[in-house]
Amino acid sequence: MSKVIKIKKGLNISMLGTAEKVIKKANRAQFYAIKPTDFKGIRPKLLVKVGDRVKAGTPVFFDKFQPEVQFTAPVSGEITEITRGERRVILEIVIKADLEIEYENFEIDELENLSRDEVVEILQKSGLWASIRQRPYSTIADPNDDPKAIFISAFDTAPLAPDMDYIVQDSKSDFQKGIDVLSKLTNSSIHLNINADYPAAETYSKAKGVAINKFTGPHPTGNVGVQINKIDPINKGDIVWYIYPQEIITIGRLFEKRIYDATKIIAVSGSEVKNPIYYKIINGTSIKNLIENNVTEGELRYISGNVLTGTKISKSGFVSFYDSQITIIPEGKHHEFFGWAKPGFKKYTASRALLSWLLPDRKYCLDTNFNGGNRAYVITGEYEKVFPMNIFPVQLIKAILVEDIDKMEQLGIYEVDEEDFALCEYVCTSKTEVQSIIRKGLDLMRKEMS
Amino acid sequence: MKSLRRYLDKIKPHFEKGGKFEKLHSTFDAFETFMFVPDKVTSKGAHIRDSIDMKRTMAIVVFALLPTVIFGMWNVGFHHFKATGQEGTMFELFWLGFLRVFPIIIVSYLVGLGIEFAFAQYRGHEVNEGFLVSGMLIPLVLPVDVPLWMVALATAFAVVIGKEVFGGTGMNILNPALTARAFLFFAYPSYMSGNEVWTHGMMSGEGIIDSYTGATPLADAAAGNISNLPSVSDMFLGIIPGSIGETSTLAILIGAAILLFTGIGSARIMISTVVGGLVMGLIFNLFAVNPFMEIPAWEHLLLGGFAFGAVFMATDPVSAAQTAKGKIIYGFLIGFFAILIRVINPAYPEGMMLAILLMNVFAPLIDHYVIEGNIKKRLKRAKV
Repeated sequence: MSKVIKIKKGLNISMLGTAEKVIKKANRAQFYAIKPTDFKGIRPKLLVKVGDRVKAGTPVFFDKFQPEVQFTAPVSGEITEITRGERRVILEIVIKADLEIEYENFEIDELENLSRDEVVEILQKSGLWASIRQRPYSTIADPNDDPKAIFISAFDTAPLAPDMDYIVQDSKSDFQKGIDVLSKLTNSSIHLNINADYPAAETYSKAKGVAINKFTGPHPTGNVGVQINKIDPINKGDIVWYIYPQEIITIGRLFEKRIYDATKIIAVSGSEVKNPIYYKIINGTSIKNLIENNVTEGELRYISGNVLTGTKISKSGFVSFYDSQITIIPEGKHHEFFGWAKPGFKKYTASRALLSWLLPDRKYCLDTNFNGGNRAYVITGEYEKVFPMNIFPVQLIKAILVEDIDKMEQLGIYEVDEEDFALCEYVCTSKTEVQSIIRKGLDLMRKEMS
Repeated sequence: MKSLRRYLDKIKPHFEKGGKFEKLHSTFDAFETFMFVPDKVTSKGAHIRDSIDMKRTMAIVVFALLPTVIFGMWNVGFHHFKATGQEGTMFELFWLGFLRVFPIIIVSYLVGLGIEFAFAQYRGHEVNEGFLVSGMLIPLVLPVDVPLWMVALATAFAVVIGKEVFGGTGMNILNPALTARAFLFFAYPSYMSGNEVWTHGMMSGEGIIDSYTGATPLADAAAGNISNLPSVSDMFLGIIPGSIGETSTLAILIGAAILLFTGIGSARIMISTVVGGLVMGLIFNLFAVNPFMEIPAWEHLLLGGFAFGAVFMATDPVSAAQTAKGKIIYGFLIGFFAILIRVINPAYPEGMMLAILLMNVFAPLIDHYVIEGNIKKRLKRAKV
């Protein structure tokens, strides 16, 4: 076994509402959606219009920049709505699901008889190529690249994150099949990064054709960007691909059953969920059924994903393509009288500026209040405590703010993603919107390099 | 509380854009957020944010300064009574000091915050809390008999020239409180140095008994009157003449403990400053040619403004180095130069202020080289 990579910097935010390890099959939702906004850097071109009928696996839109990459419907049914936002950006393509799902049949030969190009084509047609993303930029991978490695983070350390070992435990053969498909795409090594703190699920530990690496440490240890940084850091010109475990399983199922079966397991978590457990759903489901009679009263924030990086959705919103979790926390629209001066036994902070550090094992109900006002940078050394890469985070952010391409490159922009800075954003005393700055930098860099 | 909140909500529209008090928006906002943490919620990025904010951070620094303030007030009274040969109760000593020091604090805050509010309104920013600390630091590094108009002038200079011309809190190069002190030091040296300024009443000279010199231990040491130095315990406790807040190493250490415990003050800077001072002190001990150079290195830490500077001034995050390695180099050089200037330079009896201001200027350069190191490492990795 390889040695354990220990990560010291980081922060585990202990919140109320971890999902109990029970999997329940969710009732079929009435509506499902595929959201082009889940995919960074694409420009969607619609292939359907309202009223069209689709099967599970029917292409719904494609990317203008990579027309071969198609995005397909997760269920069969009728397109009922195409929601657009500012400047007519497509936000959601909503499908009213049939009671019985009809699948597109993909003609797929035995895997050993397929060439790389054929595998790529199948993935593109089925809509599953989008599962494979690349660093830098976190965009969908380009099949013409030969990545220097493929990384799989097999665990999630984010607040209230689902236990990925638990989620994948019954999908051993599909997972292996998915790995086999990935190894058709490249001769480079496939890194499967597991958590060293507990014995890994057999799905992971018995996987063949992968290099297993063990990690231990607080969040963001589970972030694939941190893992790449520790194992095989990205230099200028390098491309690394990455993919999440549940998508590997979906790919495996595609090659096994020759259909796009978008079933996956998500954790419904957060302090406002009455009964936080895992649900078996079909990707893109409306959360309406999952939260019915299952959340507390009051104004709530519904998040697809975790509290640090997730997307805000409405209470009948849809689970995002890559997410394995929804989180529901209270909105924080309240004024607090002399809040900054109180001892703060009940409030959580990563610093020791409140007296709640006296109660280390407490779990907190955190809301969406900003807890302060936006300020210029004053405090230093704060981000560095939660940022485990050998990169100067503040200096990189400043380089992005002044749009200094050379400096951004020198300071390591290729190695980072928004999610790696989520904790910096959380701890920031000056309440700087760090993740959107990083995204801006990545977009700028991508434009500059293309 | 609820009625206050309702009242604020009622008058708030007047201060918004188009309201009749639009020009006081920043002022209203500052008072509103002072009383109530705003109800703003996250809209992009992380959905939750840490409970710490700038107000809390600055409030903790002010809290950490309180021991030095309280001790400083007592010490002012103590030396006045000693100089005039009177006896007084502890409360009488404190009260006299309070009456002298409190107006200085008030003037510093009024002038500084007034300017901050005006600039915040002009720039359309929220008022930054940074001055809550600077406004407390300025009185603490001044002699007690400094005229109030000088306090006002120095504060205005520090805030406008030291801070706002660079873009306000967070952008300044020099420590604002030390800028204020340096301004007075060079503009009005007779009020800032010598033996008479440190004890209340000595400048006017009424009722001062002959045996009382008012000299600070540092001045005695610099003059070679080593035998006049007070006992180590007096210097540690701070029962010596000096600037209002700088004398008591004990009170400063209490403040340091608060800053380090909450993680708000940089341990790297504090420790490396002390180490830098000790190293320079030891070098002088080795090559001593006069009595001042013979003073044990550790005694330098108790003298003058060294401890106060190391804990409250050098650690100002805006004007200090920002990288972890940079902070160590920055702190070390502050300690090193402070003792060097103190012992070698005959014109300035205290080197701490100048050493910190000098290193403030060099901090970006130190950071530059630390970051270059990181960049070179990355380039090297790419080539291999």
